[in-house]
Amino acid sequence: MAVTEFKLPELGENIAAGDVMRVLVKPGDTVANEQAVLELETDKATIEVPSSVAGTVKDVKVKAGEKVKVGQTIFTIDDGGARDTKEAKDTKEAKDTKEQTKEPAADKPKAQPEGAAEEGGMSQQAKPERPADEGTPERSADREEAAQDRQGSKPGVAEPPRAQRSAPRLPEDEIEEQPRQKRGEVVDISRGPRAAQQGAASSDAASASERQRADLPAPAAAPSVRRIARELGVDIRQVNGTGAGGRISAEDVQSYVRNALSGGGAGAPAGVPASQPMPDFSKWGTVERKPVSNIRRKTAEHLGHAWNVIPHVTQHDKADITALEELRKKYSPMAEKAGGKMTVTAIALKVLAGAIQKFPQFASSLDQAKGELVYKKYAHIGVAVDTDRGLLVAVIRDVDRKGVVELSAELAKVSEKARAGKLTLDEMSGGVITISNLGGIGGHAFTPIVNWPEVAILGISRGGYEPVWDGHEFKPRLMLPLSLSYDHRVIDGADAARFLRWVAEAFEQPFVLAL
Amino acid sequence: MALSTQLVVIGAGPGGYAAAFYAADRGMQVTLVDPEKNPGGVCVYRGCIPSKALLHVADVIAESQHAKDFGVEFPAPAIDLKKLRDFKNKVVGQLTSGAGQVRNLRKIAHVQGLASFRDNRTLDIDKVDGTRETLTFEHCIIATGSVPSKIPGISIDSDRLMDSTGALDLPDVPKTLLVVGGGYIGLELGTVYAALGSKVTVVEMTDGLLPGADRDLVNILAKRIGQITEAVWLNTKVTKITKDTKGSRDTKEQLTVTFEGEGFTGDKAFERVLVSIGRRPNASVPGLDKLRVKLDKRGFIEVNESRETGEPGIYAIGDVAGEPMLAHKASHEGRAAVDAIAGDRNVAFEPAAIPAVVFTDPEIAWAGLTETEAAKRGIKVAVAKFPWGASGRAISLGRTDGVTKLIIHPESERVLGVGICGPGAGELISEGVLAIEMGATARDMAMTIHPHPTLSETVMESAEVFFGQATHVYRPKRS
Repeated sequence: MAVTEFKLPELGENIAAGDVMRVLVKPGDTVANEQAVLELETDKATIEVPSSVAGTVKDVKVKAGEKVKVGQTIFTIDDGGARDTKEAKDTKEAKDTKEQTKEPAADKPKAQPEGAAEEGGMSQQAKPERPADEGTPERSADREEAAQDRQGSKPGVAEPPRAQRSAPRLPEDEIEEQPRQKRGEVVDISRGPRAAQQGAASSDAASASERQRADLPAPAAAPSVRRIARELGVDIRQVNGTGAGGRISAEDVQSYVRNALSGGGAGAPAGVPASQPMPDFSKWGTVERKPVSNIRRKTAEHLGHAWNVIPHVTQHDKADITALEELRKKYSPMAEKAGGKMTVTAIALKVLAGAIQKFPQFASSLDQAKGELVYKKYAHIGVAVDTDRGLLVAVIRDVDRKGVVELSAELAKVSEKARAGKLTLDEMSGGVITISNLGGIGGHAFTPIVNWPEVAILGISRGGYEPVWDGHEFKPRLMLPLSLSYDHRVIDGADAARFLRWVAEAFEQPFVLAL
Repeated sequence: MALSTQLVVIGAGPGGYAAAFYAADRGMQVTLVDPEKNPGGVCVYRGCIPSKALLHVADVIAESQHAKDFGVEFPAPAIDLKKLRDFKNKVVGQLTSGAGQVRNLRKIAHVQGLASFRDNRTLDIDKVDGTRETLTFEHCIIATGSVPSKIPGISIDSDRLMDSTGALDLPDVPKTLLVVGGGYIGLELGTVYAALGSKVTVVEMTDGLLPGADRDLVNILAKRIGQITEAVWLNTKVTKITKDTKGSRDTKEQLTVTFEGEGFTGDKAFERVLVSIGRRPNASVPGLDKLRVKLDKRGFIEVNESRETGEPGIYAIGDVAGEPMLAHKASHEGRAAVDAIAGDRNVAFEPAAIPAVVFTDPEIAWAGLTETEAAKRGIKVAVAKFPWGASGRAISLGRTDGVTKLIIHPESERVLGVGICGPGAGELISEGVLAIEMGATARDMAMTIHPHPTLSETVMESAEVFFGQATHVYRPKRS
């Protein structure tokens, strides 16, 4: 019986791994080529992974909540001997070569013993093995999985299963709907028994590694470091030493704590001070703990980095959009016909595209390593979108070459996509400047954080009628508050004031854009 | 009138007084209970310190004899036993009175007497002046130490049958001395008496001296012990000791000892017998059984990692709280216990290595993992040895009978254990302990500049041996 493995394919630039949100197939299912088989949450986007193999699913190797890496086996299929896709062939070939090279290796005295116990008391980083019955020829993949398990079961960081975690993020019907429409059949998402089994297996692996640790030399950490660990309530054996011979420094202990607090993800950006230990909030009342989502973590890292790196200044101004408002109303039906809405944001896109042409340093980036300013000759502009999964920035391409009506339609489309969690990474990168419009909610000014490596961001608050002195009398004018945050390393205050004034005037006299 | 205290420490040995002093330094109100006038305990009064004073004398005698090889010949030493005792007592007096002074400066109350528990917060103290005192306390550290073990089934009323305390009193220099037990106490005191002129016989029940220490280190010492003693009988038991009033010409009394085993079977008479077969925990504080304090099978008080007993607020440290029974372990445990009492979070006594030193000539010292232990537990290690024959300093001392070795984790190259045999090994070992505690690698040790010419270079060079690059030894690394 021919068995083919489906491995997580390359998903795009910089995506090496993701969290499995849902597995859309189960053993016994028939999958077709290109059928969505996995919902994967990566750093910014949720991706549906299409199958590159066809056949009957034999064994599903991942479950919701797991982190999977590119190249990791997702499931195996029995393809009835027909290997019609290239991917399948590749996989098989890769496996074959692996098996061939494995043979002679087994004769070498240095070959790693297979069992957990035989790994001996000497290896510094114990690699817990899966119980033998789950073993496949792909030992390395297995190990990776086991390592993931271990990562996931850090003591002190209670992580509910990912499936539960992500559930509240999407409306219930949406979850049910999408795959159903796509695949034309009902998905069984009750993987309870299976999940429980896997859980037991991984805790077995953990206790095996515990047993193994007992034979290992005590962790290489100075007495003072061990004391710090104890004071922070950290089991020093869990800390990964970065020094020679696996030596654990005080910093290693601190970064372990930091990771544990931020949900066990990647290390915090350099230069961010260590988290202080948290007080026990439950002393003062009931608390609820929820894990930090990938998007939230990434946002925190990104904005934390921007805040640390960029000396921010925010310039405020107001644009008289009384005339513009009339035009907006007038052309609104046109935009609606095109499938959009002529919003202030859509107009602001066009205004900014003009502004960065006039003031190119506002579309630059500071390359500190090379000591250069990078001027971008394209007008891709980001728009911050508020979604129930967190803040996302959708990027509209070549704004300068598009009309406001077209922009309105495009904006409506990407916003919808963003809210549905369907934005691709590509649709979220490449911006040169960003707009954040909070006017729909309210407020008369705010200080947005620059979307590094960009150097400026335009914040828009809620417009309203104000008495404006025209030299003779007060007149009610519709005023739009604008807040421009900028990187003061790149942009001088006077330039920022000029830039924002230009933007305000463009709003007042859209005709300027044509100049 | 009932006294009260925040912390009471029962026993003023190196564990107890260190804990009491540290607690006072951390701002606690502390009371020490001990029958002696000044802090010191077995270590200072009847153990480590007096034995080292006498071993120093033994070294001087041995060295003076050794000097003949360098062309300096001394006549046989004339030994003034009273003066020697005075010297030893002066050493003890100086240390204990010094400890008494710093105790007073720290305003620690010292009740001279023996304590018994009335309940988990009250002690009755039978004072040495015959009165009785009651002391209530918030926290207690039991540091009552250990006492010499006796040979089971042998009990005779004679001061010729000595334990380490009796031997350190130095009543005379017997013509013949039997040392029962080839552990460190027996070998140290045997060395002293041999240097003073006794014919010393060592009998050991197991198949080697210093059980637990690596054989390659012990063998060097065993050779020397063989030279200075009449005989070393291994795998031999003492089954009977009787008083023999016939005596020899010089003494009215001697002891006839019956042996059974490989080394010797039969009877033999000795002027004195030193029993040094080990020590047992002294948990015989009356009233302890009323508390939730638990003892293990061997009589040690069971404690958790912060040294707290089953009775909350009551801690135990030192010999009474478990192996190894060493003063330096006790004092560090004392600090852990005090930290816990002071409310520090997650306190634990968890050293990576506790050094052991045998102050014979040559000395033996080791710390961390031994080769023996590694073999027993099936841990794969690399052992890098530097023989002192290649050390300039050892040659210039005329003492090439030494070795320094490192037990190394082959993959991470971390130093897991250090073993040294040779003069001054007890001083040299500290570098090894620090290396183990710091998680140093063999590379760290090899790259640390050691002064030349010193014996400490042997530590650095043994690390170089690991890489097959020791300057003074040609031993390329096998791949």
